[in-house]
Amino acid sequence: MKPRHASDEHRLSRLVNIGLPYLWLGLFFLLPFVIVLRISLAEPQLAQPPYTALWEWVEQGILQIRLNLGNFQLIREDDIYLAALLNSLWVALMGTLGCLLLGYPMAYAIATAPERRRIPLLMLIILPFWTSFLIRVYAWIGLLNANGLLNNFLLWLGVIDTPLKILHTQTAVYIGVIYSYLPFMILPLYANLTRLDPTLLEAAADLGCRPFRAFTRVTLPLSMPGIVAGSMLVFIPVVGEFVIPDLLGSPGSLMIGKLMWTEFFANKDWPLASALAIVLLAVLVVPFVLMQRLQQDDEGGRT
Amino acid sequence: MKRRSWPLLSVLAFGYAFLYVPILLLILYSFNESRLVTVWSGFSFKWYGELLHNRQLLDAAWLSVRIAAVNATIALVLGTLAANALVRHGRFRGRTGLELLLTAPLVMPDVIIGLSMLLLFVALQQTIGWPDGRGFSTITIAHITFSLAYVAVVVRSRLARMDSSLEEAAMDLGARPLTVYLRITLPLIAPALLSGWLLAFTLSLDDLVIASFVSGPGSTTLPMVIYSSVRMGVSPQINALATLVVVLVALAVVVAGFSLRRR
Repeated sequence: MKPRHASDEHRLSRLVNIGLPYLWLGLFFLLPFVIVLRISLAEPQLAQPPYTALWEWVEQGILQIRLNLGNFQLIREDDIYLAALLNSLWVALMGTLGCLLLGYPMAYAIATAPERRRIPLLMLIILPFWTSFLIRVYAWIGLLNANGLLNNFLLWLGVIDTPLKILHTQTAVYIGVIYSYLPFMILPLYANLTRLDPTLLEAAADLGCRPFRAFTRVTLPLSMPGIVAGSMLVFIPVVGEFVIPDLLGSPGSLMIGKLMWTEFFANKDWPLASALAIVLLAVLVVPFVLMQRLQQDDEGGRT
Repeated sequence: MKRRSWPLLSVLAFGYAFLYVPILLLILYSFNESRLVTVWSGFSFKWYGELLHNRQLLDAAWLSVRIAAVNATIALVLGTLAANALVRHGRFRGRTGLELLLTAPLVMPDVIIGLSMLLLFVALQQTIGWPDGRGFSTITIAHITFSLAYVAVVVRSRLARMDSSLEEAAMDLGARPLTVYLRITLPLIAPALLSGWLLAFTLSLDDLVIASFVSGPGSTTLPMVIYSSVRMGVSPQINALATLVVVLVALAVVVAGFSLRRR
């Protein structure tokens, strides 16, 4: 009696634990992409909703399907979209490198700190992440302004004698990206570096390897999974970033996320915005698969 | 043992300064008498006073808090179920798919999630008549969809590291699996559940882009009000609001941190 009961309960638990999240994500995460793809092939129209249907029954038994590839053609032909895409990738690359250059030594310093100090140090990294992203980006407006605090400080120091124009430039976007995404780089790096076997470094030292060389030959290669994971966590969302380029960047230099926003909200061109989303998704699939693959390897190695 | 090298420590110090100086200056200037954020003209609470009389902002804040609370609660349930599935059910069919669906929302750009959610809601409204208009429920559903992935990450790592001896003991004594889960497992992972809930809450409270896509007329959330005010330029009222947010978040994190460490 009892074992059967338990196995029923197990089956029910499987159904609930696996089924419900699947159902929710399938309906509200996967299905929407199919609809985005569908609408990227429609044409805009002045109606509610503002796009044409892809198929309709024209007469008895005849289904007419109209696929409009014009949006993708426009994206390919108009230089502004390619420029925005390339600029987004460039900003994401620079932002990722910036996060890595600052984040790696920080993660390393925290991972090699005395054990009781590690958790508080890590908490201090995570804490800003919990406060509003929007507000943290906003903080930089006041700092980087022509008459902002940074310029005033530099003028007072006598380093410069006319205010630097930083706000509304690409530099401000880099600063905003590094500032906002730094914790995403540090956390996986820290997790990786604390798992590193310290005896490997001792062995290297015993064999006469100098610390710097031991770092480049042992620590750095072994922390590669952490570097890739952190880089992807920064790179992928930054490519589609909207808030940072909108508030800190120059109006002239476009990023793909901002362009999508404009096509959607200002131009009310839903099909074109959808086509841009599809292009962006296609670009992001490669780094995403790389990250996913790595994560699974990592788990396989741990268990 | 290891000698700490000073270049490493100075990078660490610079990093923390980089993270905290902008926030500290933001807080400092919320007490500034002058409207200009760059000129210090005296200590004052007046921006906090104005904040309390800003009807539009208060309404938006109340809406955001309600959305965040509902979102966090449902996302906690769904995210914990997903974590159970991944930790407790081994190699089931579709496991890779679930992992994929749980990782993608973590990195997916907000503009894509927002747009695709909106198009889904419009298509649903056309075919089944629901949702009738957009607002509270559509924003909440959109938030749950990405929040549950974060909850799953937090709960999953806790569940995987958990000591299973208590559960086994309860099983040996004849307790049923559901009873064991509710009476033993959930209390053991309570700290992770708390931080998962808080994380989902703050993620929702913070979201501008996705909410902008799926909100309707009359449902303006706090980030949307902040955004439109920030676009007009720097405003000390926003500094005052930011200060309140930072203080609340710091308190919540410290409390959560202490309850975590006690265990």
